[in-house]
Amino acid sequence: MSATLSHRGPARDAVVANALSRRRQRVNFLVEALCLLATFVGLAFLALILATLLYLGFSGLSASVFTTITKPPGSHGGLLNAIIGSLIQTALGTAIGTPIGLLVGTYLSEYARGSLLGEAVRFVSDVLLSAPSILIGLFVYTVMVSPFGGFSGWAGAVALAVIVIPIVVRTTEDMLRLIPVALREAAVALGAPKWKSIVFICYRAALDGIATGVLLAIARIAGETAPLLFTSLGNLNWSLSLTQPMSSLPVTIYQYAGSAFDDWVQLAWVGALLITFGVLALNVLARIVLRPRT
Amino acid sequence: MRLSKSLLVAALASAFALPAAAQQITGAGATFPAPVYAKWGEAAKAAIGIELNYQAIGSGGGQNQIFNRTVDFGASDAPVDADKLVANKLLQFPAVMGAVVPIINLPGIGADQVKLTGDLIAQIYLGKVTKWNDPKIVALNAGVTLPNLAIAPVYRADGSGTTFVFTSYLSVANADWKSGIGAGSSVKWAAGNGAKGNDGVAATVRQVKGGIGYVENAYATQNKLTTTQLRNKAGNFVKPTLAAFSEAAASGDWKGAKNYAVDLIDTAGASSWPIVSATFILLPTDPKDPARSANVMKFFDWAYKNGADIAKGLEYIALPTAVQDAVRASWKSDIKG
Amino acid sequence: MTQTVAAPAPSRRPIGDLAFEILATAAGVLVLALLGAIIVSLFIGGLPAFRQFGVGFLTSADWDPVQQVFGAVVPIYGTIITSILALLMAVPVAFGIAFWLTELAPTWLRRPVGTAVELLAAVPSIIYGMWGFFIIVPFMGDYIQPVLIDWLGDLPLIGFLFQGPPFGTGIFTAALILAVMVIPFIAATMRDVFQTVPPVFKESAYGLGCTTWEVMRSIVIPYTSTSVVGGIMLGLGRALGETMAVTFVIGNTNRISTSLFGPGNTIASLVALEFPESPAGSLKLASLLALGFLLFVISFIVLAISRLLLRKGKVA
Repeated sequence: MSATLSHRGPARDAVVANALSRRRQRVNFLVEALCLLATFVGLAFLALILATLLYLGFSGLSASVFTTITKPPGSHGGLLNAIIGSLIQTALGTAIGTPIGLLVGTYLSEYARGSLLGEAVRFVSDVLLSAPSILIGLFVYTVMVSPFGGFSGWAGAVALAVIVIPIVVRTTEDMLRLIPVALREAAVALGAPKWKSIVFICYRAALDGIATGVLLAIARIAGETAPLLFTSLGNLNWSLSLTQPMSSLPVTIYQYAGSAFDDWVQLAWVGALLITFGVLALNVLARIVLRPRT
Repeated sequence: MRLSKSLLVAALASAFALPAAAQQITGAGATFPAPVYAKWGEAAKAAIGIELNYQAIGSGGGQNQIFNRTVDFGASDAPVDADKLVANKLLQFPAVMGAVVPIINLPGIGADQVKLTGDLIAQIYLGKVTKWNDPKIVALNAGVTLPNLAIAPVYRADGSGTTFVFTSYLSVANADWKSGIGAGSSVKWAAGNGAKGNDGVAATVRQVKGGIGYVENAYATQNKLTTTQLRNKAGNFVKPTLAAFSEAAASGDWKGAKNYAVDLIDTAGASSWPIVSATFILLPTDPKDPARSANVMKFFDWAYKNGADIAKGLEYIALPTAVQDAVRASWKSDIKG
Repeated sequence: MTQTVAAPAPSRRPIGDLAFEILATAAGVLVLALLGAIIVSLFIGGLPAFRQFGVGFLTSADWDPVQQVFGAVVPIYGTIITSILALLMAVPVAFGIAFWLTELAPTWLRRPVGTAVELLAAVPSIIYGMWGFFIIVPFMGDYIQPVLIDWLGDLPLIGFLFQGPPFGTGIFTAALILAVMVIPFIAATMRDVFQTVPPVFKESAYGLGCTTWEVMRSIVIPYTSTSVVGGIMLGLGRALGETMAVTFVIGNTNRISTSLFGPGNTIASLVALEFPESPAGSLKLASLLALGFLLFVISFIVLAISRLLLRKGKVA
């Protein structure tokens, strides 16, 4: 490897060597300083976003936000139905998407090594990972809302599930691949069939990583607006029925932020504050509680 | 994880619960009247027990949803073509009216000080008039000091009924606009920047010195934006006031309009505001659930009778009584119950 | 690791094994079918536009809803230029962060700082949009753009990039927001691949008296370059499809502007803005769906390239 180094060979003249060394140290120092700066820039953006949300949203935070449903401008509404609607759809989307993603990830890691179908599934799952969420919403609208004649909480949950799947696939496959061969061999040696070794040994060993993936997926869908606009639509009233249109926090934010009325705009910022800190808390939780035991 | 599990249980339990009471109606469409529909809904729930869920997804979206019968009624700012109404078995009727107003940002100039004409605004948005001290603008505004500042036109980037109304007005006011660009919920703009929503336009105009934009009147009033005067068909300069809007609404040719698609742009009244428009409701003439359609009619009947003050409070204009009665007659004759 | 352990050659497989494999494979096929169905439904929906305009859809910069003429050049151009600009800004910063996190930072700081940077990826995109519109846009319009337009606008050759009124919105602002959004993706990937470099390589170089930067430049980067590029391409994939955040800040204009501060449009933002006002069966709706299809084609290509590079990286 040393052949690729640019300053090779000992310098004969001590003065030259010293100058060279000083220059190399200076370059090194400069690069290190720039890297520190880059890290500061990244952290500064995060701090700026959080500060903005706190500044604009915190003053509107009150108990009534959590106890009152959305109301017309000037009627002192809250966000209760939007919060509950978001929780229900997010939970359902995760519940539908996680098992499928888990199975696909298992297939890719345990059964599809080197197979063409496996390559295709992996590729397609990665395409889904970066697919614009509005197109996913449009698709669910075409197959679930339009033919069955109505917007529903179910449709919203399914659209979110489609987003969950590729995230869980990616983490599951990555984590299963990290399971030491010795662990599988031990299971086989005990006479366990392959499926038992996967479910009871590998899943358990990979649990932390897979759970992180699921939490990341929840964090991602909790803030999604576009796929819900044309699936669960939104609901101004209190409704827990999944066959009816259902309210959600991101859609409510989207509509309130652009409205003419101060109280709606204020609620939009409160909602933005709630979602962001909720999502960030989930992420921090995922990393602290489920940190790999080393 | 335990939390989401218990939520899941709650969600599953509610999924199989009884469907909501028959008194609930769902509508979707135009963004512009959403606040007044929401307020009417709140009041109607208390008064007649009908619960309205109205979602502002855009006029085109509202048309699509009622074509597909995914909602009980659709709402649209632009009237739907007569043949499309027949093909999709729909009755169209107006719900309420509103106005669009120009907003500007010039240092030291307050609301309604600057006078403009539709023709001039069209030339600005065509990129032909580019400075605020252009002789054409100065000529209209004796006594106002207009700065040597570039005009920065701002328009709605999202397809919107507001843009449809505004470009309809420009098409009436300027022949080049009509032939070159035309009217639509989104058009091929010749100059300026787009911004999303009324709030986006307002914020961008506030941001850029020399900016000009257009927003719904409710938005301008609520946020105390700097509006302008406009010259109407009668040749008078008028300020954007509720009285001027109402006069425009009253001087529309309601009787001659098919499917209530009345044209309220640049009406002849002496003090009419020139950019006024109705927003429409689309109701199936062959409802699959007549009880829900009946509730929609009951709701708007109530709103016509009792909702005028709520509308006024939010800067909308209620329908003239004669039009309300005509709509009631259409409900009786056209909707199978 | 590449070989799973074969079952000890039983005469017949346990029924549970077969069932589980079928279940897992079926889930894989389901995902394949899902994306297939999404793409087919977009293509069918967009077919009227492809039929009406033919190749012209890909070469025309005209987008005129009133005349019913639609061309895809402006949104395609906007999508690609904002994504590339975003990468130009994001990659050096992400590299700096990854370098700092793997080689320079005190050990106790690596985890919290790494987590904080990754949190940038968890902020919902609508929040980025609102934040960009209310904070970054006025800042750009008041401080950054007027200065750059003054300084650079009159220069020969590159001056045209920095002209026009300082709206605050525009291609450059959109790219900046996108850059912030993809930094965590690229930084995390880079950090992970940097950590795969066998310590013995680095230690030998340090032993020769190399500085940290020289080790990075001469050992770590050559060793991981293909994987790094693959990670960047993943970030690019994310930038291409971003909708809400871009919609707030790009200025949303269907014209090609030579200035970096000029307005533009991207495929995803155009679809999001125009879809609600496109009646069923209209040519406009078909054109939007066709655009959605093209976006999938673009992300397909980007991902295919990145996978290819990442795979090579693994082999090397």
